[in-house]
Amino acid sequence: MQWWEPVLWLLAFAAPWTLPHHALIINEIAIVALFAVSLDLVLGYSGIVSLGHASFLGFGAYTAALFAKWIHPDPLLGLAVGTAAACVLGALCSATILRGSDLTRLMVTLGMALILFELANKFDGLTGGSDGLQGVMMGPVLGRFEFDLMGQVAATYSLAVLLVLFFLARRLVHSPFGATLMAVRDNRLRAMAIGVPVSARLAVAYTIAAGVAGAAGALMAQTTGFASLDVFALERSADVMLILVIGGVGWLYGGVVGAVVFKLMHDVISSITPQYWTFWMGLFLVVLVMVGRERLFKPWTWMGRS
Amino acid sequence: MTILFDGIAYGMLLFILAVGLSVTMGLMNFINLAHGAFAMVGGYLTVVLMQRLDVPFLVCLPLAFAGTALLGAFLERTLYRPMYRKPHLDQVLFSIGLAFMAVASVDYFVGSQQQIMQLPEWLKGRTELGTGTPWELGMGHYRLFIIAVCAALTVGLQYVLSATRFGSRLRASVDDPRVAAGMGINVNVVFALTFAVGSGLAGLGGALGAEVLGLDPTFPLKFMVYFLIVVAVGGTSSITGPLLAALLLGVADVAGKYYVPKLGAFIVYSLMLAILMWRPQGLFVRQGGK
Repeated sequence: MQWWEPVLWLLAFAAPWTLPHHALIINEIAIVALFAVSLDLVLGYSGIVSLGHASFLGFGAYTAALFAKWIHPDPLLGLAVGTAAACVLGALCSATILRGSDLTRLMVTLGMALILFELANKFDGLTGGSDGLQGVMMGPVLGRFEFDLMGQVAATYSLAVLLVLFFLARRLVHSPFGATLMAVRDNRLRAMAIGVPVSARLAVAYTIAAGVAGAAGALMAQTTGFASLDVFALERSADVMLILVIGGVGWLYGGVVGAVVFKLMHDVISSITPQYWTFWMGLFLVVLVMVGRERLFKPWTWMGRS
Repeated sequence: MTILFDGIAYGMLLFILAVGLSVTMGLMNFINLAHGAFAMVGGYLTVVLMQRLDVPFLVCLPLAFAGTALLGAFLERTLYRPMYRKPHLDQVLFSIGLAFMAVASVDYFVGSQQQIMQLPEWLKGRTELGTGTPWELGMGHYRLFIIAVCAALTVGLQYVLSATRFGSRLRASVDDPRVAAGMGINVNVVFALTFAVGSGLAGLGGALGAEVLGLDPTFPLKFMVYFLIVVAVGGTSSITGPLLAALLLGVADVAGKYYVPKLGAFIVYSLMLAILMWRPQGLFVRQGGK
């Protein structure tokens, strides 16, 4: 725990109450940050390139929304159910990412998201198809705090979940388990040689990350009262990868920092050119890679040779 | 039979679109998600030339090839070359950024509506064979044209790869770039040429496919998945692998959409997932390669 961390979190929790007009975007940032932290567990700590992380976000979102609609409106219960469902899906999918090259992993993760997209689209009786799942009414958090229109309760709720899962994730990556994950990422063969059960470790890491992503999806569905097909879209998976890369891969705060920067950038650019903001995002990505990910925020190194 | 025929036409088209990608991926181990953007450029080039300048369709096709090949060569020299040695994550980010830029620029310059191809009269008809028998076969003339062009291209490519000096250089570079460079092959030039031809083929495929696949600014993102499936399933070490994979995908997709329209693309994705779990390196991998 660094000295600035409590300050940061206190500021984050104070933000929705001191800036009530921005509570909605703070809520979005918290959810996206949680999603990015989840991807960081997979990409940054386990070295699995995934282009379909939105599968778990979407699965969590739909599960939470359906649970609230048909079974019980309590948010915390829904959150737990969404997380658990995404964990199960992650455990099933982890079998697909253990073998093959980066390209194969890219394809199977992407394929998974596409399959879920198609399923959600086709079973429109359950999911509402391309209209999205509407009419989700959430109960009050902890039986006391109603979700308000300004989104202040929603933002605080999301931030609280982010805080808890963030510190759990940090506990995880700093444990011996996390150390073996990083060993696998850096050199799979050597990790295997010193006796790390590579496949089992990767599967567990993937399952946990899927659960965290599911929690992010559940939060998204609960705070907006809505789940639509675009939670599975390729853009989501690409966005979250961009977020993580902006903030820094293999550093849990990277996801949080990236989410803040990305959301604010998105907000500013799309208020200037609503239709063509993907162009600027694309340009940003290209420049980012050309300059070098680790050098972008250190302008003094741009001129030197890499 | 008609479904089989349509599926083959579709598969041939996918093969032409994806073969460049498969070679680039095999040659430089570069994951290029922007490949669909080249196909889109070719398609738009054709549509714009035909609609605004009244260029005949058959003239447009070589122009689409040349235009995208030039663009590919230019981008290869300026943007792609520094990316080869970077990790896969960087390549994915870079090429997806490029694809996003292409989508937004086309949207800006041409508009987001779907483009309609005006085919020449002699390609519009349809021939029915064996009407009334169980083997009824209806062939759209345009599909027939696509199959003919793509088959000719495939034979040509196979000849170039297997029988010419350039082909053997290319295969040597794919197998092991370092040793190939040591033997005096200029791998960079080989690669630039291949990249240009691959992009050109994608452009040609985009031009041919504009009528079948539909052409709008989201084309690169929509079909990128299909190209990647072809490459991932077919493997990157030969062109027969992607060809068979593309045919399989084309037939499966058309048949799936015809017989169980409700499940749509679901079948294709599940098939890919199953194949990749069974053979993670692709279906048709030469043993003993790198």
